[in-house]
Formats: sequence, structure tokens, C-alpha cells
Amino acid sequence: MLTSIAQAAYVVAAVLFVLSLAGLARQETARRGNVLGMVGMGLALGATVILAADTSERPVLVTMLLVALVLAIGASVGTWRARTVEMTQMPELIAILHSFVGLAAVLVGFNSYLTSEPAIVHDVEVFLGVLIGAVTFTGSIVAYLKLAAKIRSAPLVLPARNVLNLVAIVVSLGLGVWFVLGGGIVPLLVMTAIALALGWHLVAAIGGGDMPVVVSMLNSYSGWAAAAAGLMLSNDLLIITGALVGSSGAILSYIMCRAMNRSFVSVILGGFGTEGGTVTAGDQQGEHRETFAADVAEQLAAARSVVIVPGYGMAVAKAQYPVAELVARLRGLGVEVRFGVHPVAGRLPGHMNVLLAEAKVPYDIVLEMDEINDDLPETDIVLVIGANDVVNPAALDDPTSPIAGMPVLEVWHARQVVVFKRSMATGYAGVQNPLFFRENTAMLFGDAKEQTEAILAALRAHAELA
Amino acid sequence: MRIGIPREDRERLVAATPATVAQLRKLGYDVVVERGAGERASYPDEAYTDAGASVVDARAVWESDVVTAVRAPSPERLASLAEGTTLVAMLAPHSEPALVEALRERGVTAIALDAVPRISRAQSIDVLSTLANVAGYRAVIEAAEEYSGMFTGQVTAAGKTAPANVFVIGAGVAGLAAIGAAGSLGAQVRAFDVRPEVGEQIESMGAQFVRLEAAQQEVSADGYARELTAEQERATMDLYAAETARADIVITTALVRGSAPTTITADMVAAMRPGSVIVDLAASGGGNCELTVPGEKVVTANGVTILGYTDLTSRMARHTSQLFGTNVVNLLRLLTPERDGRLTLDLEDPVQRGMTVTRAGELLWPPPPVAVSAAQSPAAQVDPAAQARATHEAAQRRRRRRSVLYGAGAALAFVLLAFSPAATVSHLTVFALAVIVGFYVINNVAHALHTPLMSQTNAISGIILVGALLQLGSADLLVSAIAFVAASVASINIFGGFLVTYRMLGMFRKDG
Repeated sequence: MLTSIAQAAYVVAAVLFVLSLAGLARQETARRGNVLGMVGMGLALGATVILAADTSERPVLVTMLLVALVLAIGASVGTWRARTVEMTQMPELIAILHSFVGLAAVLVGFNSYLTSEPAIVHDVEVFLGVLIGAVTFTGSIVAYLKLAAKIRSAPLVLPARNVLNLVAIVVSLGLGVWFVLGGGIVPLLVMTAIALALGWHLVAAIGGGDMPVVVSMLNSYSGWAAAAAGLMLSNDLLIITGALVGSSGAILSYIMCRAMNRSFVSVILGGFGTEGGTVTAGDQQGEHRETFAADVAEQLAAARSVVIVPGYGMAVAKAQYPVAELVARLRGLGVEVRFGVHPVAGRLPGHMNVLLAEAKVPYDIVLEMDEINDDLPETDIVLVIGANDVVNPAALDDPTSPIAGMPVLEVWHARQVVVFKRSMATGYAGVQNPLFFRENTAMLFGDAKEQTEAILAALRAHAELA
Repeated sequence: MRIGIPREDRERLVAATPATVAQLRKLGYDVVVERGAGERASYPDEAYTDAGASVVDARAVWESDVVTAVRAPSPERLASLAEGTTLVAMLAPHSEPALVEALRERGVTAIALDAVPRISRAQSIDVLSTLANVAGYRAVIEAAEEYSGMFTGQVTAAGKTAPANVFVIGAGVAGLAAIGAAGSLGAQVRAFDVRPEVGEQIESMGAQFVRLEAAQQEVSADGYARELTAEQERATMDLYAAETARADIVITTALVRGSAPTTITADMVAAMRPGSVIVDLAASGGGNCELTVPGEKVVTANGVTILGYTDLTSRMARHTSQLFGTNVVNLLRLLTPERDGRLTLDLEDPVQRGMTVTRAGELLWPPPPVAVSAAQSPAAQVDPAAQARATHEAAQRRRRRRSVLYGAGAALAFVLLAFSPAATVSHLTVFALAVIVGFYVINNVAHALHTPLMSQTNAISGIILVGALLQLGSADLLVSAIAFVAASVASINIFGGFLVTYRMLGMFRKDG
């Protein structure tokens, strides 16, 4: 009886999860989607707690106390992190949460092995669950460390790294056969160690700029890990949820890869993104023109339409607040201001949108690349704040460029482009940007936040004079 | 060093404004300005004093180490220039050999502002572009003044009027500026240029580019247009005749190295409607229209007004001076690399070499040709058909390989499923369906919501807690302990993920 009730609750929860993700597709329904997810989770957990009490092999009170303790830990730590995290640190938070799912999948897998009778199919499921969970766990930890700048985000390029990965996978498969044929816990433990190392190495080999892909890929893995756990526990809710999350992450990775015109495999094989950048491609050097905050302020005040293209540099400088204030002021002057956001701007899919939302920029003026590209020729001024490769005309003009074919924001069609940049160093792809040497481009050197504030100050002074 | 800014004899412009004086002073120069120098450009003497210049008489200005002027000085002034003075002005060295000789004789270092090589690096000091831009704009204003109609089409209760048809010949800086100005007044603008590659620029300014396949012209290494061949010329003339006949306003800007080819013959003018206007921006070189009188307004017998004004830039003296002055400042930045107020001429630099006419009694005109081309090199010739075939074949190969791969995968999955226990198969069915549902649900998520989506899926994948909770009650202590750790991290996920999503979504707000 209790099991049937729990099953019914699980079905309702699964439907609610699907509706939740569907709700997140649009701004208008996103909040409802969030709440539906919470309700679904509450239902599922409630049913599970009753089931756990029912099936407990120990005094029920002890089990319930443990459950309460677990939930208390989760609630206090989770709430604390969710409340205090800064929006610029969102990528780190997401990465570390992925690692938790991975860790839980590994542990649940071991438990499932320890508590059930050996059976071939079940062993395969345990093995897969632990494998995916372990890769997700260490991979997410490395991603977290890179995003939090606790380790260098440059790709770790080991000699023969692809061979290493291949060997790790082949050895794991061999261990899997041994395990399934009744090898006991040893092959499982050895495989776990190898998978942990593999996860670490996979992400270590990927550069900082490819992080949007990595984070969404790990999102996908954490889903597959949950689905594998569901298979070994014969729990349909886990299977459904895991599959939903897994395909969601896979689609996000695909969108990110398409936005960079790179195949998923080439991103995973890594070794491409170098952080910081050096001026390597010196052949396309030219004369750049420098401008100053006061001049930019004057141009902005006289413009009719302005488009702002934010990039990771804006997040680093935490310039979203002065940028938002600048937008509010310009809109007050009757200037049409919009944002053009490239899909891979930042270190997380949709990172820029969250930062701008945090700074209270209305979301209906934050447009995607395809929505804004056609309007750029009619735009008076484009402000490129901390973006580089996503506005590089070489992606379209120069078939030999490493980023050739990547869709970019065609800002150079605007009448005037102002690029906020710390120096003339190249972006993470290490590619020189001919945009900087265009006749209608002016460079505004310095910290993006300080420069934006200087522009604001100049605008205020301007307003007082008028 | 001291820079002198004289009052121009034949010009309303001035080579420095209070704003550019301040910039010159930043480069380390002292600046003296002749009394009344900026008067006709609406810059009073006090403004210069406020900017840090001293206002002096003509003699003191011409005794400065560097004199920056708009036009070349009169012969008397020239005769009074001290040896070693540096003169920066528009000197027209290619058409004024006598002036160049006089400058050399005086031992003056002369830098011609109108001899800037047309390479992108020198764009910021190119006064000809500056003047052409203003002239193009002003040409439209003058045309609007003379034209008997409105530029923009109107639909009113009293009927409607058609927009003015403007035809612009030559899409140099002046032509493009004219296209822009006429377009923003609401006219329908068509434009032609013998260089077909500028069609894109014309269209970017909102005009329609009139094409002529026969009239192809190459661009010389230094970026100025070249003259046409006879055959090209005939075809072009036919086009001009057709276009001028339908235009209300014609703005012609064809100047090849200071001389003006004829674009509009007397016959073409005769074919135009009464009340039409021709603005000849090449009047200084004799005019593109056969009936142009340089400096004058002419009305023909059939009522067509032809404007041959040569002082269009002076008619907007305030802004022209400001732009001109900034060009001069940019030049002096180049010539003052140390920012210490000492002018140093580097003849190795092609820009500086190209502009230097004489240096301390040495004749340096004409300069060697500039090696850097402003024009783009023609794209490599590739047979497009062969290329298309190759890509098509490659795509087909890829498709074939992919279908084989998918087929093999499906067969393998089938075999595995066929040998699995029934319960597992039903779970896998659920799994496969959920993947497909996930694909369709996620595929249309707005880009802006990707981050909330990730944190939400993160929270949901904390559902693994369900598995851990059920293991918590195990009698085996090790299993319980492992389950406890797993359940704890998974529940952090659930709470953290949902709350952070909630927080993020709360930030997104619509305008209003």
C-alpha cells in the first residue's frame, strides 16, 4: 500500500519536474517553473521519507533522526550558499553543485553494490553509475577550481593526453567485464580511482574560455549519473529526472558549441583556450585609436541608438552596476539602449544575462546575437565591454583564423565602436582582433568599471551644464 | 617651442580652436593666437585666452617656431618668414610649384596638410577628408535652400508630395556625407561611383547604388581614384544622362588629383526639370558640370540652378575649424613623440615623409610613392563550382558515415535489450522516453535563462537523495554512513539549487 502511494507521488513529481523545466523556457513562466520544481521535490521527498521509515531495518526513530539531520545539513548549507553567492560567482557555485551530484552517485552506487545480491544487469548499472559519477565529481571540482581562479585556468597539456584518456577508458571497460563476471569490489574500487583521475584530467585540459561548454557538459553528466543510479535502484523517478537533466545539459553543450562553431569533440579534447592571452598573431597589427571617457560620454549623449556588448571582462571588473546605471541615465536622455549578448559570453551559459538582471537591467532590452545583428548597421554607438573574440570580424573574413566560421556580433557595421579593454592583449583564443584597427573603432583603455564610472561622471557634469 | 595660429586672409576657418589649443598645450607647446583669428568661426579671443593661449598681433604669430594655418600664406607673409620656421598648412604642392620653390628658398620646413598619404594610419590627420565631409553635408543644405520643394515626401489632408530624388556622383568622403545628409532629410538618394567596390559603402549610407558593369576602375596604391579609359567614359556618360534627367538634385563630387572631369554636359542640364539644382563640389578644380562657374550660383535658361560655391566648408566655420584643428593636433602628436613641445620630423615614417614638402632649404617634393595600399587586394580566384561540388561530396560522405554509425548503435542497443530482464527493459523504456521529453522541453529555452535552467536542473538532479535516503535505514553501519554522506551532499544540492534559481529569477524584471 505504502509503496503504491509512494509510486503515485513519484509519478506526480516526475510530471512536475517536466513542467518545471518547460516553465523555465520563458521569462513569463520561469518563476512558476521554479516553484513547480520545488513542489515536485517536496512530494518526492515526503513519499521517500515515509518509505524509508517503512523499510527501515533499524528503529524507525533513529532513521528518522538521521533523515532530519541530513535535511537540516542540506537546508542550512544550501540556503547559506544560495543567499550569499555573488552573481559573478555563479559559475563556481554551479560547478561545485555538479560535483555533489557526482559524489552522491558514486556513494549510492557503492551502497547499492553492498546491499544487493550480485546480478549481471545490476552490476552493469552500478558500474556505469559509479563511473559517470566519479568523472562528474572530479571534473566539476577542477571546473570549480578553475572558475574560482584557485588554479590556473590555462589548459593542462600533457604529452599524449588523448592516448591517456583512451587508455583510461579501455582499462575501465576491462575492469567492468571483470567486475560483472564476479570480480568483487576490487575492480570497482580501481575503476573508481581511474575515473576520478580521468574526470580531473579531462577538465584540466580545457581552457578557461571553453568553460561554458564544460559546465553544461558536467551538468549533463550529473544527470546521466542520476539516471544510472535510478536504473540500479529500479527507481523510475530517478531515471526520469536524470534523463531530463542529462538531455538538458547535452542540449546546452550543443548550443554552446554551435555558438563557437566548434565540434563537441574538439572542445572535450581540449588544449585550445589559453587564459590571459599574449599577442601571438602580430601580423595583423595596425594603428588603433584611443579615446577617453569624456569623449565617449559626449558621443553617447548625442547618440540615438546604443548597443552594449558585454563579455567576461565585465564580470571580472564587476562593471555591471555602473553599466546598468549608465543605461538608465541614457534611457532617461531618450537614447535607445540595448544589449547584445553572445551565447558564449562569460563563463557559463547565460552568465551575462544573470549579471545584468542582478544590476536591474530590464530583460527585454537584453537581446541575443541573432536578434541584434540586423540592427547594428543602424546603431550609432556600440560599447564593447570586456568582450573580444565574440566581436572579432576575422571569424567571418579570415578563413585561416582559428575562430573562422564562429558566428559573431557584427559590431563593426555600427557607425562608431568603443572597445573597453585593459590592454591590447588578445582574447582567450589568442587571436588578434582586426576590429581594434578599424577606422570606426576607438579604444578606451583601463578597468571597465572605472571607465564606466568616469563616463557616468562626465554625463552627470554634462547634464548639470545643460 | 611656440606654435602660432594666424588669422586667415582668404578664409573664415582657423587652424586651432580653444579646445585644440588646450590639446596642443598638453603636448608641451606654447600657443599664440593672432587677434581675431577665430572671430569668423565664432571663437572669440577670450575663449583662446581661457584655453591658455596668448592673443598677440600678426608679427608675433608669424615669428613662432611653428605656424599652423589653413591656407598657404600670401607671398608677403612668406617673405617675412624666418629661416628654420616650420609651416603647417594646406599648400597644394602638386599644383603650386612656385610656392614650393619659395618655401625652399626661405629655408622653411613646410608640411602640406593636403598631402596626407591615404592609408588608414593617417586617417586622423587627413584634413581633406575632414573638409570633404563638411562640404558634402553643406552641399545638401545649399541644395535644399535652392530647391523649390521639400526633401521628404508628405502625405497630408491637402494631398501628397513625392520625396526629392537626389543623385550623387562620386562616393568619396564628400559623396557619402551628402548621401547621409540627403537621406536623413527624407530624400530618395541614388549614387554612382566608378569604383564598383564602394557600392557597399553607398548602400550602408542608405542610398541605392547605380551599377554600371562596363565602368570598372582600379584604385592606385595611394588610395586616390584614377582616370577612366575612353570606353568606360562613354558608358558612364550615358548613365549620368539618364540619372540626371530623373533627379531633382544632383550633387557631383568627382575630383581626380585636384582636377575635375566633366560629368554633366550642357545637354544633360538642358534635359533636367525646371527648379532642379546641381551642386558642383568639384568647382575648385573647374567643375564637373560644363556650366559651373566656380564660386558662383548660375541659373540656366530652363530654370536649373547650378551652385559652384567653393567656400562650402567656410560656411560652417565653427565645426569645420574644430575638426580641422583636431587633425592638426593629431599631426603634431605624431611629430612630438616625446610630448615635450619639441617638434621632430622622422622622414623614415611614410606618413611624415609624404607630407613634408621642404626641409630647411632642401626640396623633398614629390615624395616616393607609398608602398602600403589602402585598397584591399583582390580575393584569390577559386572556381566556385568546383568548390561547391567538393563540399557537397564531403557532406555526402559524412552523411553516409553517420548513418552507418547510427545503424550499428541501434543494432547493438537492440541486441543488449533483447537479452536483458524484462524489468530492466521497462526501466530503459522510461529512460529513453524521458530523454526525448527532455530534448523537446529544453530545446526552446530562452538563451537568457540558461543559467537559471542549469541551477534548476542541478537542484532536480539532487533527486538522487531519494536513493540515499532509502539506504539510510540499512542495518549495515558502513552502508548507513556512506548513505549519510551521499544524502547530505545531495540535499545541499536540492536546497541550494532551488533557492539560487529562485533568487536569480527574482532579479529578472521587465521594463517598467
